[in-house]
Amino acid sequence: MAQVKPKKNGAVEKKLIGMADVVISAAQRAKDPTFAIPIRALSNVSFNPRKGLIEMGEKKQARSFFNVGMAKKFMQTMLVADALSELQRADLTTSLREIYYRTKHTIQDSHENTFDTQDESDPIIEDLEVSLVALREELHVRAENSGSIVGPVVFGDDGDRVDCARLGKGGYSVPSIVEPEYLEIRRCTADFLLLVEKGTQWNRLSEDKFWRRYNCVLLTGNGQPPRGVRRLARRLHEEYRLPVYVLVDNDPWGYYIYSVVKQGSINLAFESQRMAIPKAKFIGLSSADPEAYELPRNVGIKLNDKDITRAKELLNYRWFQKPAWQEEIKRMLANGLKFELDALANKDFQYLTKKYLPRKLKEKDWLD
Amino acid sequence: MATKISPPSSRFSGTPSQPDATDSEQASPRKNPLLVDKAAPRVTAVEMGARQREISVSEFFTKNRHLLGFDNPRKALLTCVKEAVDNSLDACEEAGILPDVTVKLETVANGQTPMSPSQATRFRITVTDNGPGIVRQQVPRIFAKLLYGSKFHRMRMSRGQQGIGISAAGMYGQLTTGKPVKVISRTGPRATAHYFEVQIDTKKNEPLVHEDKQIEWTQPQGTEVAIEVEGRYQKGRTSVDEWLEQTSIANPHVRLVYHTPEGETKEYPRTHHELPPSPKEIKPHPYGIEFGVLLKMLQDTKSHTVSSFMASDFCRVSPALAEEICKAAKVSPDARPRAVKPHLAETLYQTIQTTKIMAPPTNCISPIGEKAILSGLYKQIKGEFYTAVSRPPAVYRGNPFVIEAGLAFGKGPEESTRPQQAAMPLAEGEDHGHETELARVIRYANRVPLLFQQSACSTFKAVLNTTWRNYGMAQSRGALPAGPMVIFVHMASVWVPFTSESKEAIADYDEIQKEITLALREAGRRLGIFLRRKERAAGEFRRRNIFALYIEEVVEACNRLKGGTLPTEHLKEQLHKIASSRTGGLKTDEALGKTGVGPEGLPHSIIVTTEGIEGEAEVAQTPTAPVVSRQVAHTERHAETTAPVKPVRAPKIRPASGEAKPPSASKAKVVQQDLFVGNVSPGRKAALPKARRTRTTGIRKGK
Repeated sequence: MAQVKPKKNGAVEKKLIGMADVVISAAQRAKDPTFAIPIRALSNVSFNPRKGLIEMGEKKQARSFFNVGMAKKFMQTMLVADALSELQRADLTTSLREIYYRTKHTIQDSHENTFDTQDESDPIIEDLEVSLVALREELHVRAENSGSIVGPVVFGDDGDRVDCARLGKGGYSVPSIVEPEYLEIRRCTADFLLLVEKGTQWNRLSEDKFWRRYNCVLLTGNGQPPRGVRRLARRLHEEYRLPVYVLVDNDPWGYYIYSVVKQGSINLAFESQRMAIPKAKFIGLSSADPEAYELPRNVGIKLNDKDITRAKELLNYRWFQKPAWQEEIKRMLANGLKFELDALANKDFQYLTKKYLPRKLKEKDWLD
Repeated sequence: MATKISPPSSRFSGTPSQPDATDSEQASPRKNPLLVDKAAPRVTAVEMGARQREISVSEFFTKNRHLLGFDNPRKALLTCVKEAVDNSLDACEEAGILPDVTVKLETVANGQTPMSPSQATRFRITVTDNGPGIVRQQVPRIFAKLLYGSKFHRMRMSRGQQGIGISAAGMYGQLTTGKPVKVISRTGPRATAHYFEVQIDTKKNEPLVHEDKQIEWTQPQGTEVAIEVEGRYQKGRTSVDEWLEQTSIANPHVRLVYHTPEGETKEYPRTHHELPPSPKEIKPHPYGIEFGVLLKMLQDTKSHTVSSFMASDFCRVSPALAEEICKAAKVSPDARPRAVKPHLAETLYQTIQTTKIMAPPTNCISPIGEKAILSGLYKQIKGEFYTAVSRPPAVYRGNPFVIEAGLAFGKGPEESTRPQQAAMPLAEGEDHGHETELARVIRYANRVPLLFQQSACSTFKAVLNTTWRNYGMAQSRGALPAGPMVIFVHMASVWVPFTSESKEAIADYDEIQKEITLALREAGRRLGIFLRRKERAAGEFRRRNIFALYIEEVVEACNRLKGGTLPTEHLKEQLHKIASSRTGGLKTDEALGKTGVGPEGLPHSIIVTTEGIEGEAEVAQTPTAPVVSRQVAHTERHAETTAPVKPVRAPKIRPASGEAKPPSASKAKVVQQDLFVGNVSPGRKAALPKARRTRTTGIRKGK
């Protein structure tokens, strides 16, 4: 799985080694070794309306070794730091899960594992990302390849030329690290980029060659888009000035996916500035669409308690305060229904490609 | 057995106390119409009258054997063992003999070659005791006449209640195998042993004696019953093995030997070398009787006036109080009881219910006692923590009762330390699986284990309704607490309200439920204290270890980060120094020491650790020669002292009418009471357990 990286950067490695120095110097002064780790929670993010981004605040939490509640986490942090520096030295990239296996072992003279599940190691990697101010890619950690792209765009990947217009209906699988050093965008002639929530609908559009007729790039992240997909969208938006439209289900989770693409996520607020696309537009499915496109009520799904709670949370987020958005979410709550993109097939299998999107684009019917 | 037309059983289960012949007679016409309707369209009253006749109790129970616990072969086998053992224990205790009971189960070849115990369908059950024996004339009636016995007419705590049990077992054997019940009985070393073979005449409910002869018997005294029945031997929750084991928990004063059908011999040794105090017989309490019973008592009394009837036939009614009740009910105190008109009797009954009468005396019950429960739990169940609670006596419907609860928690010190020795690292998703197991409830009524109908039982409901989470146990809603725990609940009463005739579950009276809950809470609180202490000690231990463990890891990680150039030993030393300064060295040592986990503040509890036992444990003694000889000496002494006073198992054979009281028997009983319960003042609630507590002298081990 490891791929060779054509670049040398000692900065991250130095930061990792610096962690060992914290321990050593604290030990010399008979002090408790402590790291300060920025808090990744709603309480420590703020919305910057000028930039249209979610930004991380200044709050930090201390992680010290000689504290019963934190000792294990401290130890785990050191183990992950060690594993990451090993990656730096060997110049390899790896997955979150491999890091977990690499650092998992039984502590000497006990039956205790350093890590019991991957749920313990993943947050530590994120902790290190924020506290060392290093991107995950810089730490040489990949996420899953779970995104596809198709359209008039040409990439250079490991020296191979990848023309996304000649990859049939399957498209190109978006790698998790899409920084210029890893993925080069050689050419892009598209007019806009359509980010689709669901793989099924992306398949529909790809199969119908929607991208050819409307000269666009089709991108999907299969649900909540992973970093690679978000970063690639951002690069196409930034480097080739492609307007970005987001097509999601009409439910609170769809709205949130759109908001993550647009403003960034709460958990990874520190990466907003290189991931978020503040100019992204919400093209559908809007809670007004069922009426406008005459979708029968019986293809809707009743909002459950979780949906309603989530929708009410969204109403309170600072980045959903625009009147149009308040109206959009409240309308969904008033209808008491959510609609999947797939429900459009009720009209016709190709309704999305042939009627819905063309009309949306023609009427410029989207939300900002 | 033909059970095509079974009469409605609700009548009987509803009034279990009065299944006498006249009752069934009146009931019979109502049972038949269904059959008659089907058979012929028009039948005259005369014809119908010709068909109406008496049904004997035996016939009734032949058809309705499920009422007595003979529903299926497996349960039937257990019921037979249970009835025989109950009888033995009741007799021994009443005679003041430490019971020594042997149970033997053998498979019987049914024509063909003998089968393995799990396959066999026929068994011979032999139960031998060292009890007082039974006088020759009474043997047939005790073993081959239903509803014949000494216990039904008394308000006194005993295992058996109505004199159905052993004869029903015999009848079941007779029905399924055709074999008679074989009895050997000897009333003393100087008396000769008698051998009987008896059967029951189900039509007349009378015994048929097939064999009656004198024989040589190795036992100096005691009774042996052998019944051959159709049954099924299967291990598990409702097996004979389980029942005997639970019996030995609640009866640590009994030595039980069990020969399994597989040829194994299990011995449950005696760990409590003292008989439970013999319970005293009491008269009914006015609150506890129904109106019909009052009418009957008015008819049957030997007193000449209503006021003397009240004062002499009930407990807690003084002559003055009797006068007062009569006055309030506007019944002349000097009226003849038989002459009281029904409507006056009714006002009398109402008045009794509204008059304030002292609670019944409680020396008629003999609880097991905290010490004995502890010793019973300790010898049969492996655990780390044991506790026992005896509630003060309480009253439901005029019947006094005592609730006792016990807990055995944990897997035993060997088990709990095992995973540490194994040091098996766990894979993802694996766990030790400790918490998935639910607690087990063992229920007793008058020292007899209840194995069936757990969820219908008041005790079980009380366990569910207790919030075990308050005591540090996991418990999901409406379920038993989760964890390695055995919950022991015992109800002792002169009359345990069973939900059915087969004595499987205790009925749900509020007063009973409340007492059980209180007992469980107390036991739970002690468990909570124990668990918290254990946790605290473990926490300190962990706190201390955690740094030692992790320092290694952190230093190694630092060393690798620094490219292996670190003076690791030096760094470790520095970190260890910080660690010990932060965990407060000596103070932790104290917390880890035994002072922190000892059973202080935990009355009637045992804590077992790898180092030993703390608390009041009567440790089971291995049955070596000296112990056995001492037991024999003990029983002989009893035999000698009781022999001149009471040469027979008299109270057991008192005629059903209850007229003649053998004077020798009551005398013997009085002696017993003086010995054990004598000076307990009955009105004071807490008096009984306290007296027991000061008296018990067990073998202590520990410290």
